[in-house]
Amino acid sequence: MRRMDRNRPSRRKVLQAAGAVAGTGALALLPLRSARATPETMRDAVHAAIGEATVQKGKVKLDLPPLVENGNSVPCTVTVQSPMTATDYVKAIHIFNEKNPQPNVISVKLGPRAGQAKFSTRIRLADTQTVTAIAEMSDGSCWSDDIYVIVTLAACVEEPKP
Amino acid sequence: MIGRALIHVPASAKHGEVIEIKALISHVMETGYRIGITGQPIPRDIINDFVCTYNGEEVFRAKFYPAVAANPFMSFYTVATESGTIAMSWTDQHGETQVQTAPITVG
Repeated sequence: MRRMDRNRPSRRKVLQAAGAVAGTGALALLPLRSARATPETMRDAVHAAIGEATVQKGKVKLDLPPLVENGNSVPCTVTVQSPMTATDYVKAIHIFNEKNPQPNVISVKLGPRAGQAKFSTRIRLADTQTVTAIAEMSDGSCWSDDIYVIVTLAACVEEPKP
Repeated sequence: MIGRALIHVPASAKHGEVIEIKALISHVMETGYRIGITGQPIPRDIINDFVCTYNGEEVFRAKFYPAVAANPFMSFYTVATESGTIAMSWTDQHGETQVQTAPITVG
């Protein structure tokens, strides 16, 4: 009994520790919450990238795993249906998200020299969210695809290794 | 700081063939949104631009945002038009540039 009592932390120590944990938690969350993208900021980012063009569904295929275990590195492929000739090609492809701190993910520029409108990269996802890919064609039309991704371990919020 | 780059370009290709190019570079891609152990935010440090040229002509360009994962990987396509050099360059936010080239024989 006596030994157990000696090892047990005092009530004061427990409360102090709890306070410290709550304090650092709040500190870490504050800047993140204010810096988070929303569907509105995503709309603004889309507007900044493609202007007034109306976006239609189709022609674009965005490949992402539907269930992501680690949001720090998510393989991502975009394929756009296009003959990629000198007169009919894909000008640019943009990827947007709605819940990372910033709505933009990557923007690529390509042209008829590409031969095939397709690229792959690895991206970060901070939360379960919808990711959108928009392709700009040489005739000015825009096509899109979106995918809802469930993220179990989020990027951006983890503490760096000491 | 930009680290080592690794690129993969087929050594030879037929004229008009669509070839896949892969590029990987070692870089932290620090987002600027993380809090360090001292409680201060870790400053942003990212690669902004990636450009691929084929005999000097630009064939692919990407603009990276902090949502691109650490050690950025890119895979994309181009048409093999002539023998020559395929060059890739990465530029970070401080203006530091790393260039990696590969020869290609088109027959």
